[in-house]
Amino acid sequence: MASGDGGLLSASHIVEYPYRRSTGPVMGRFFAALRDRRFEGVKTARGRVLVPPTEYDPQTGEAADEMVPVGPGGVVTTWAWVSHPRAKHPLNHPFAWALIQLDGADTAMLHAVDTGVESAMQTGMRVTPRWRAQTVGSINDVACFEPEGTS
Amino acid sequence: MSEAESELVQSITTPLRLEYQYTAGVASTRFLRGMADGKILGQRCPQCEKVYVPPRGSCARCGVATDLEVQVPGTGTITTFCVVRIPSDSLDIDPPFVAAHILLDGADIPFFALIQECHFDEVRMGMRVEAVWVDAEDLGPTFESIRYFRPIDEPDAPFESYKEHL
Ligand SMILES: [Zn+2]
Repeated sequence: MASGDGGLLSASHIVEYPYRRSTGPVMGRFFAALRDRRFEGVKTARGRVLVPPTEYDPQTGEAADEMVPVGPGGVVTTWAWVSHPRAKHPLNHPFAWALIQLDGADTAMLHAVDTGVESAMQTGMRVTPRWRAQTVGSINDVACFEPEGTS
Repeated sequence: MSEAESELVQSITTPLRLEYQYTAGVASTRFLRGMADGKILGQRCPQCEKVYVPPRGSCARCGVATDLEVQVPGTGTITTFCVVRIPSDSLDIDPPFVAAHILLDGADIPFFALIQECHFDEVRMGMRVEAVWVDAEDLGPTFESIRYFRPIDEPDAPFESYKEHL
């Protein structure tokens, strides 16, 4: 071909992995509870309640399988504001990623908080889940959390 | 299994999607435009004289730019291969089929390509093959301008001729 013809070639390149993961007996209960619009954690032998639950106490390695109800409300322990949500984010307007410690839990879990504006976000604020109309047994059954008393 | 257990969620889907904009760079752009012309273009290292196909613009061994362009023919030797028996949604070819490392004549690094027009268990190391291109009007700046490689009626290449390219 003629030299100097055209510039550098460029193309979109999309890599997709359609993983399916086995949940196991503990996470399986957690997701089943979400399908029923409830939260469950696991209580370790030392009495700590982990949410999301794990099959083992991460500090001692002891098996943990006693499920206990937690939430639905909780407290934001830390957060980061997303000014420009991306295509796969749970909300298509600005929101916060937050660690939320559900009532009765000793650990916090990551989820989105919808306050509309960054100035309404605060560490220590109380939030409550906004459930999707259809639940399937997924963390996305919770559309997001919102400030308590919003709806 | 108790009733509570039977209600467990057994699995979840966690799709991962990575969106890239890939810019080919000078060397790969030359190679891909060559593909659109039905030519296989590589580059020779000025220091060790190895020929890279496809070219990346530099010699990984010598760390120098490879600015000398060379054209290589569509014939080559299978250095190694595997028989794929697992189907994939992203492939429109039915297993079993052979993916082979092909060392083109005059090139010093092999690349992966599909082998067709022979039974999978006839494929062997040293087998001589040639590129089968798409129809002229379908040529484009993509590796898919070569549909696959097929055996040619030549004696197998001796192991010594490709052993350093495995
Ligand atoms: Zn070199």
